[in-house]
Amino acid sequence: MARSDAYEAVIGLEVHAQLLTRSKIFCGCPNAFGAAPNHNVCPVCMGMPGVLPVFNRRVLELAIRVALATHSQIAPRSVFARKNYFYPDLPKGYQISQYEQPFCTGGYIELPNGGSSPRKIRLTRIHIEEDAGKNIHASGYSLVDLNRAGTPLLEIVSEPDLRSPEEAVAYLKELRAILRYLEVCDGNMEEGSFRCDANVSVRRRGESRLGVKTEIKNLNSFKFVEKALRHEIERQIEVLEAGGTITQETHLFDPERGITKPMRSKEYAHDYRYFPEPDLPPLEVPPSLIEAIKAQSPEVPSARRARYAQQYGLSSYEIEVLTQERDIGDYFEALVNHGVDRKMAANWTMTEVLRAVNESALPLSRAVPPAAETAALLKMVAGNEISLNGAKTAFAAMCKTGQSAVEAVNALGLTQVSDEAQIAEVCEQVLRAEADKVKEYRAGRQKLFGFFVGQVMKAMKGKANPKIVNEVLKRKLDS
Amino acid sequence: MNRSKIGREQVRHVARLARLELSAEEEERLEHDLSAILDYVDKLNELDTSAVEPTAQVGESGTPMRDDEVTNEPAPEAVLANAPAREGTLFKVPKIIE
Repeated sequence: MARSDAYEAVIGLEVHAQLLTRSKIFCGCPNAFGAAPNHNVCPVCMGMPGVLPVFNRRVLELAIRVALATHSQIAPRSVFARKNYFYPDLPKGYQISQYEQPFCTGGYIELPNGGSSPRKIRLTRIHIEEDAGKNIHASGYSLVDLNRAGTPLLEIVSEPDLRSPEEAVAYLKELRAILRYLEVCDGNMEEGSFRCDANVSVRRRGESRLGVKTEIKNLNSFKFVEKALRHEIERQIEVLEAGGTITQETHLFDPERGITKPMRSKEYAHDYRYFPEPDLPPLEVPPSLIEAIKAQSPEVPSARRARYAQQYGLSSYEIEVLTQERDIGDYFEALVNHGVDRKMAANWTMTEVLRAVNESALPLSRAVPPAAETAALLKMVAGNEISLNGAKTAFAAMCKTGQSAVEAVNALGLTQVSDEAQIAEVCEQVLRAEADKVKEYRAGRQKLFGFFVGQVMKAMKGKANPKIVNEVLKRKLDS
Repeated sequence: MNRSKIGREQVRHVARLARLELSAEEEERLEHDLSAILDYVDKLNELDTSAVEPTAQVGESGTPMRDDEVTNEPAPEAVLANAPAREGTLFKVPKIIE
């Protein structure tokens, strides 16, 4: 037994999700990525003396959506708190966050678990806070851009319920999908709108006490999360096996070397002296608002997965692919609603639609034709007007040119010949030209059937309806 | 109460958190002053508050809210007007060590 099998990892994740609001959390500056440095700032988010924060109503609405989707208990009254520390990207010298009385507690997220019942990962809390600005490190000095300062964030903290790097990634993917389905966060890890810190410890299997944990920061892709956790777990096991002890400290992941290394310890880093924010009265959430938001909340991935199984009888693999992003499932369902057979709609979405999205690197809505056009194309296949391969060719053209189904099929000359008399004539010619092979076939070389089909298709430039070709050839050869 | 509530080490710790540089005399004075302040606040403990909810604020309850609208125009020159150093529209600050 490998010595690492004697240990089990215990992982908890903290996710920071930027909310998709138009303006910042406490002022009317734009909440937008990519503006020129310090162009989206004002006296409030710069922390000028004498300014006062005014809370953005939309932040509360989005936070309620997330709380409902994660089965959390929303506090009727939560309290903003100041987290005090000095850093150049934090102009006020404190971050407005929540501490002792967070927005909500006690929720959970269910992870799909193949055929078995879903794994429940508990959430400790979700609270509302503001983002800091950004430091850019130059040689010999640093630069500060405060555009991001005051961007609304949800901090979503899980219990240490995760047991492997793979499970941690599955949790993150599910959480990200939930936030994207809810249109609360765009989930862009590269741009930092969905960020993750991990707490990890190891313990001998069977042990119920938690080991000493380390925190890993700077995990800005799923791949890095998995790599960093795997490395850190290995490192901790090695330390323990060598008779050492784990030091509670913060590590930074270095993606280039694939390792984690301790940050230079900031002696006083964890003495934040939280206290209730005097500039903001407690956040009160009227039950009527919760009800109103509940009534208009979009479907979450777990609900959609259950519905797809029940309503369309899809396999768990199909469901997984079709529900990974909301727009993929929406497209599949639009095809079905336009009269496409559900199996055909599922297959087409999983292969052709996703291929077009991946190849174009565009959002789905811009990568593929409207579902009505694709449905029109697929109905031509069902009606034997074009072949399945023809439909694939037409679809690729439609994606690139924006042609309608009819235009693409006509432009590419893909209309399938289903006229039996015309096909019979070609079959006759082929059999006459291949008289020797016909003899062999009739003498028992059944394998030659495919060869005849191929010759007919070749003569008809691939446009013959293969089903009719088969029927006609069978009849002629076996008669 | 005449025993110091706040020791010298704590004064230094708090000063450091607040980025204050104190002379030995200031440290001594603050040790004394802060302890006196805490003694004074201790008087509150004479009251029985076991039936009172912790209160951080009095006055209006409920955070006032604004609609989610962009109301601010970019004004980088005004924003940077008082910056001791800049590079383009970025604030330039001493090197941040990790």
